Amino acid sequence: MKKVLEGSMAISESVRIAEPRVISAYPITPQTHIVEHLSQMVADGNLKAEFVMVESEHTAASVCLGASACGVRSYTSTASQGLLYMSEVIYNIAGMRLPVVITIANRAVSAPINIWNDMQDSMALRDAGAIQLYAENNQEAYDMHIQAYKIAENKDVMLPVMVCVDGFVLTHTFEVVETIDEVERVREYLPPLNMEYKLDVDNPYSFGTLGEPSVYMESRFNLANAVNNSKKVIVSAAQEYKDMFGKFHGALIDTYKTDDAETIIVAMGSILGTIKDVVDELRESGKKIGVLKVRSFRPFPEEEIVAALEDAGNVIVIEKAISLGKGGILSQEIRDVLYKHRINSINVNGYVLGLGGRDITPKNIIDLIEKAKTDENMDGEFFGLNSFIEQGNISNIGD
Amino acid sequence: MLTKEDTHKELFTMGHTGCSGCAQSMAVKLILEVLGKNTIATTATGCLEVFSTRYPESSWRIPWIHSLFENSAAVASGIEAALKITGRKNGTTVLAQGGDGGTADIGLQALSGMFERGHDVLYVCYDNGAYMNTGYQRSGLTPFDAYTTTSPSGKQSFGNSRPKKYMPQIAMAHRIPYTAVASAGYPVDLQKKIKKAASITGPKYVQIDVPCTPGWKYEPRYSVKIARLAVQTGLYPLFEAEYDKIISVKKISKKVPVEEYLKLQGRFKHLFKDEAGRMEIEKIQKIADENIVKFGLL
Repeated sequence: MKKVLEGSMAISESVRIAEPRVISAYPITPQTHIVEHLSQMVADGNLKAEFVMVESEHTAASVCLGASACGVRSYTSTASQGLLYMSEVIYNIAGMRLPVVITIANRAVSAPINIWNDMQDSMALRDAGAIQLYAENNQEAYDMHIQAYKIAENKDVMLPVMVCVDGFVLTHTFEVVETIDEVERVREYLPPLNMEYKLDVDNPYSFGTLGEPSVYMESRFNLANAVNNSKKVIVSAAQEYKDMFGKFHGALIDTYKTDDAETIIVAMGSILGTIKDVVDELRESGKKIGVLKVRSFRPFPEEEIVAALEDAGNVIVIEKAISLGKGGILSQEIRDVLYKHRINSINVNGYVLGLGGRDITPKNIIDLIEKAKTDENMDGEFFGLNSFIEQGNISNIGD
Repeated sequence: MLTKEDTHKELFTMGHTGCSGCAQSMAVKLILEVLGKNTIATTATGCLEVFSTRYPESSWRIPWIHSLFENSAAVASGIEAALKITGRKNGTTVLAQGGDGGTADIGLQALSGMFERGHDVLYVCYDNGAYMNTGYQRSGLTPFDAYTTTSPSGKQSFGNSRPKKYMPQIAMAHRIPYTAVASAGYPVDLQKKIKKAASITGPKYVQIDVPCTPGWKYEPRYSVKIARLAVQTGLYPLFEAEYDKIISVKKISKKVPVEEYLKLQGRFKHLFKDEAGRMEIEKIQKIADENIVKFGLL
C-alpha cells in the first residue's frame, strides 16, 4: 500500500514486518523516531517482540548479541556517538557471526557536537566485519531492511548488517513509500531464523571462546571470506526482492546514465537524488555525465565499480566523511580498485561535502563538476566551506 | 570418593587451566552442581573465560557465552529476553558471571541496567579483589592496604589506599529481590544461597569471595583456610538481603584477629615490616570490628 511516511516510520514498518523478536535501543538523535515507533507497535500489540530499553548503546548491542546467540531475530538502531560507543560490540557480533540488523541514522561525530547528517559514524565501523548498505531514499530504506535480514541470516553469511540511512534527510522526511501489507509474503521471502549453532540447553555449545595464536587467524580468515562471499547474497537478495515485490534499487551498486558518460559522479545515500537531478539537467545541455551509486560499501563491490567506471575519463567522488590525515575514504577505495585493475587513465577527484548537516545544493554540485574539470586527483578536498575559512581567517568563526 | 570419570560428568569439567588452589573454579563447580543443566551462562572476560574455554576445548557442559569484559549482564539480559518471547524459558536459569573488575568497575553500568530492568538473571561476581587475569592490578574491590601491581607498597605507600567498594549494598540499592554474599570457604552456605537465588524470579546478585593464589601470594593449600579467615575476622561478612533489607548474616563463633588472615598472604607482607605497618594493621582491624558491629556478626 502506498503511504506518505516519515523515513523513521518507513523503517519501523519494515522492521515490524521482518518480525524481530528482541529489539533493544538507547535514544540518540536522529535515531529516536525509529525506536519510538517500534516501542509503540509493541505497546499496541502490533509487533510481538521484547522491547528492551537499555541504559546505553553498548548494552543495546549486547542485548541483541545475547538474543541472537539464542537464535532469535534481533534489531537495534543508533547513530554517531552511540555507534562509536557500541563499536566494540559490533566487532564482537561480527566475529561471533551473529545476524543482527542495525539501522544507522547517519550523523556527524563530536567535537564539536553536532546532531546533523554526515557519514563519519558508519565509516568508522568500516573494518568491523559488518555488512554496510546505504539507502538513497525512504522507499529503499524500507526495502533494504527486509533484504538486510535475508542477507544477514544466509547460512554462508551469518553477519551483522548495518543499514545506513542519512539522519534527518531521510529519517525525518516524509515521502511516498509503498509498504508490503501481507506478512505471509514477507515470511516467504524471509523464512524464520533457523540457526545451526545457538545457546540451547538441549544442545550445549560454548560461544566466544579464547582463540589463541594457533586458531585466531583462521577464525578471522573465515570472517573475511564470509564478508567477501556476501556479495552474491546481496545480489540475490535484491533480485529475489524485485521478483516478489517489484522494487529494485540496485544490488551492490546502481548506475544512472553511465553508458556513454565521460564523467561519472560516485556517491552514497540520499545525496544521490540531488546529483541525479543535476545530471538530468546537464544531460539536456548535451553533457555526457552519469552517476554511480555505491549501495554496498562493505563488502566493497570492486568488479562492479571497475566495470561501471572503466570507460569514463573523469570520476568525481562526493562523500560525507574523511579519513583525517589521509583524505577521502570512498575516493581512496575507488582509486585503489582502478589501480588494481591497471586503469590509470581516469582522473579521480574526491571531495568532502555536507559534513555535520551542511546543505549540498544542486548549485554546489554544478560548481563542483566545473571545478573538477581542472582539478587532478583531489583526495578528500573540502568543498562548500564558508568564505571566511577559504580566506584563511579562522578567527572569524566566533563572530 | 570422586573418581576421574565422575568429574567428566560434572557440568564444569576437569581439564581447564585454572591455577592449583583456584577458588573461583571451586565456586563455579559448586554453583553448577546446584543449578543443573537447565542453565545458560554468560561470562565476562577474565580468568574464568580464559582458563575454561581455550578453543577447541571447553569445560562447560551447559550452553555458555563470552562476549566482552563489561557486558556479561547485558548479554544475559538479551538471552533472558529471547527465552521469554519465544516461550523457551521453562525454568531455565540465566547465569551471568564476572570477576570483581568486570562487575564492580567496567561492568557496573550494564549490571545496574540489568537490575533496574528486572531481568530474571542470576548475576554472580567472583571477587578476588583485583584484575588477576592481567596480572594483579588494582580494582574497585581491592581491599585496603593490599599490594597490587598498580597499587604497590613502597617508601611512600602501604598498597591500596582506598577501602573496598560496598558492591553488595549497591546491588541492594536497586531493590532487587535477592542479594547474597558467600565464600568459597563455606561451600554449604554458598550452595544454599545459590539455590535460594535460583528459586526467585527477577534479578539476583551473589558475590563470592574467591581467594587467588598467585594474586594474593599464598600456598595453594591455604585457599579454603584464607577464605574462612576472611569471614571469621569480620573482613568479609556473609549475609543475605531481600530488596534493601538484610535478612540473615553468617555469625562468627569467635572473633579472629585480622593479623591471622593477613600474615598468610604476600599481598599484605609489607605491613609486617615495621611499626608503621603495625599501625596499618590496626586500621584493618578497625574495618573488621566495624563490620562485626554493623552486621551483628558475633
